[in-house]
Amino acid sequence: MVPITTLHYLVVAAALFVLGVIGVLIRRNVVIVLMSIELILNAVNLNLVAFSRMWGNLHGQLFAIFIVVDAAAEAAVGLGILIAFFRNKETVNVDEIDLLKW
Amino acid sequence: MNLAMNSALNSTINSGMAPVATPWFFYVLAGVAVISGVLVITRRNAVHAALALIVTLLAVTGLYLMLYAPFVAGVQIIVYAGGIMVLFLFVIMLVNIDRSSKERRFNRIWAVGLGAACALLALFVFAFTKGKALFPDRGMPLAEGSNTQEIAKMLYGEAGRMGQYTFAFEIASLLLLVAILGAVIMTKKKI
Repeated sequence: MVPITTLHYLVVAAALFVLGVIGVLIRRNVVIVLMSIELILNAVNLNLVAFSRMWGNLHGQLFAIFIVVDAAAEAAVGLGILIAFFRNKETVNVDEIDLLKW
Repeated sequence: MNLAMNSALNSTINSGMAPVATPWFFYVLAGVAVISGVLVITRRNAVHAALALIVTLLAVTGLYLMLYAPFVAGVQIIVYAGGIMVLFLFVIMLVNIDRSSKERRFNRIWAVGLGAACALLALFVFAFTKGKALFPDRGMPLAEGSNTQEIAKMLYGEAGRMGQYTFAFEIASLLLLVAILGAVIMTKKKI
């Protein structure tokens, strides 16, 4: 059995990152687009914690905690915008949100 | 007692003994994370996608534990699975899911997005095969003492001095305050 190296974690994180990018690019539902952003942030966190283990210090884990804080703030603001928009236009699809498009 | 257990764990790692978690754990957790990640972006029902995202978050938490990051794992469960996902589920209940469950799931230009993501994946594969030597096989030994304690020292400082991340910590609290106020104001009917 091959021992688990840093590269293994990076591959898993890359897979999660690409899945999140696909979700952001192709889904129509804004809620699922926001969930895909959470997936991307998790992939970044996994990378940071893996590098923290690789270098033997805790800076990567500190960065991961700050990214979790950012994710919470982003989710709160994003979902607030979504509710405000839904009240006005009765839709949650990204391709119908085109008020700023000329 | 917890502290003693933690330092015993760390000294076990430092003395070079094989860790408790076997490679099988890693493959199971990684498989669960990726498969439920696929479910997140393909499910028609947003509630199912949210539940799959919770499974992904828990699998990633297991990976954090395998990397000896128990504090980050705890924060992940409490803040992500316990806080952010509840927020998501509430919002899914507020916007109507009946209509969106009958509509198309994907954009009209989904092929372009998929192609761009595949290009990104190819870039990752290229970088990891070329730069394999940059990532050493064995992790360096972690510092003595409890993981949570060391993180607290870096966040809050010790013996009256400011820690390295104390200022960033205060800025983060300000960011959260602004986000809470923004979310409340935006969801108000009349400002």
